[in-house]
Amino acid sequence: MRSVSIIGVGCTKFGERWDVSLRDMIAEAGVMAIEDAEITGEQIDALYVGNMSGGRFIEQEHIGALIADCAGLSRLHVPSTRVEAACASGGLALRQAVLAVASGYSDIVIAAGVEKMTDVSTGTAADALASAADREWECFFGATFPALYAMIAKLHMRRYGTTNEQMAQVAVKNHHHACMNPIAQYHMEIKINDVFKSPMVADPLHVLDCSPISDGAAALVLAPTEMARRFSEEPIKIIGSAQASDTLALHDRRDLTTLDATVHAGRAAFTQAGIEPRAIDVAEVHDCFTIAEILAIEDLGFVEKGQGGKATEEGITALGGSLPINTSGGLKACGHPVGATGIKQAYEIVLQLRGKAGKRQVDEAEIGLAHNVGGSGGTALVHIFSR
Amino acid sequence: MTNQAPRFWRSIPQRYNLSGTHCTCCNEYFFPPRNLCPNCRRGAHLEEYTFKGTGTIITYTTIYNATEDFERLTPYNLAIIQLDEGPKVTGQIVSSSAGVKIGMRVRPVFRILGKEGNKGIIYYGTKFAPLIEPNCSGRDE
Repeated sequence: MRSVSIIGVGCTKFGERWDVSLRDMIAEAGVMAIEDAEITGEQIDALYVGNMSGGRFIEQEHIGALIADCAGLSRLHVPSTRVEAACASGGLALRQAVLAVASGYSDIVIAAGVEKMTDVSTGTAADALASAADREWECFFGATFPALYAMIAKLHMRRYGTTNEQMAQVAVKNHHHACMNPIAQYHMEIKINDVFKSPMVADPLHVLDCSPISDGAAALVLAPTEMARRFSEEPIKIIGSAQASDTLALHDRRDLTTLDATVHAGRAAFTQAGIEPRAIDVAEVHDCFTIAEILAIEDLGFVEKGQGGKATEEGITALGGSLPINTSGGLKACGHPVGATGIKQAYEIVLQLRGKAGKRQVDEAEIGLAHNVGGSGGTALVHIFSR
Repeated sequence: MTNQAPRFWRSIPQRYNLSGTHCTCCNEYFFPPRNLCPNCRRGAHLEEYTFKGTGTIITYTTIYNATEDFERLTPYNLAIIQLDEGPKVTGQIVSSSAGVKIGMRVRPVFRILGKEGNKGIIYYGTKFAPLIEPNCSGRDE
């Protein structure tokens, strides 16, 4: 297998982008990445795009061909593949692109992600998102996505003493980080009390414990590491890429307060990279709800099981702490256009490792990690990056 | 929710009566029924099994903001229940939210789960209610 590097990145502003379409956003992110890598369309061997539900959100499937077309590559007939793993669709697109380059089959490959979620009502969007859960045996009985994570939170609180304040602190921190990120959906500081005062969605999760509905797109250009310096002065190496699955329904899991898919993908990625979790300088983890960030830092091995809330409270995961988590603002405050999220996470880590993350720059960041989850943990992807 | 009758109709035994499967090789019970045992896979011997329906609440939440199909029910309680035979299921708890506790014993009740407008299908299925164990106190208080 060949070593793979990222030679170009692009990302649109995330948010309620009523003025632009899915087509506009993917073209914008794609052009940014291609210009960043200084490549031409003729050099692109393949495209992979993560998109969860074009069918439900904009009544458009066949997103693979669509993005090749929007990117101006239709006359070059570049193979283009849409992949789906719910909220982990972006991470999965990255992994497919990594495999294509690592195998030697392709050289220059685009990994992209896009979701246009605000063209439908909030209710329709919530129902589309609920299809990442088990439609027949969870949703049919009234489960919503926040409800599944709320049930995880309830048990985590009971077992480990995690508090509402600790969960709210995740949101406070990620909103603070987002204020320093120009592409973030929210540029708004919040306090713990704001989280408590926001309407309850599913006890114990309030509105401000939940990631928003967002529009956005992101793209990366990948190349074999041996060729990367021809295109980029600061290529970022992908030193670990792993994926794991688990039961679709939360109730079927071995342990309701652990995402085993994260544990397995994390271990495999760390083994590939030949490093321990403590070697990570900066990480983007899947905080679709505040409790999800607490689970992620535990399940990736950054802190002991049950200590995620305490670590957050102590400021370890904030910018300036020993392990800054979600410097982009995370899904919570940067926004969560589901198909784009996994690619945006890699985009943020590349900026950090290049030293180009502006006010939210982590000092001397050498190794970064991106963690993307589908559904309530049916899929997890972990990528590790190095300068 | 589906608007096709067959999709609901073919799951009636499971949703009305908690009909699942039991693998006699590894002695694990499955709900909903599985066509393949994840332990024994092709070596499995699966037979039909109807669950008693009694179980224990492992975790729960109260939902205040639901999808369109369930909006009229808010707030309502949802729980993960471990059935006495072993498998866990997701279901609504028919009780005030103050009454729901982790570790609480529950029994199945047959209820309407949803309807498609005034003329469409009415979906029925299993919800759960607090169980008063007959051998605990002897009488309701």
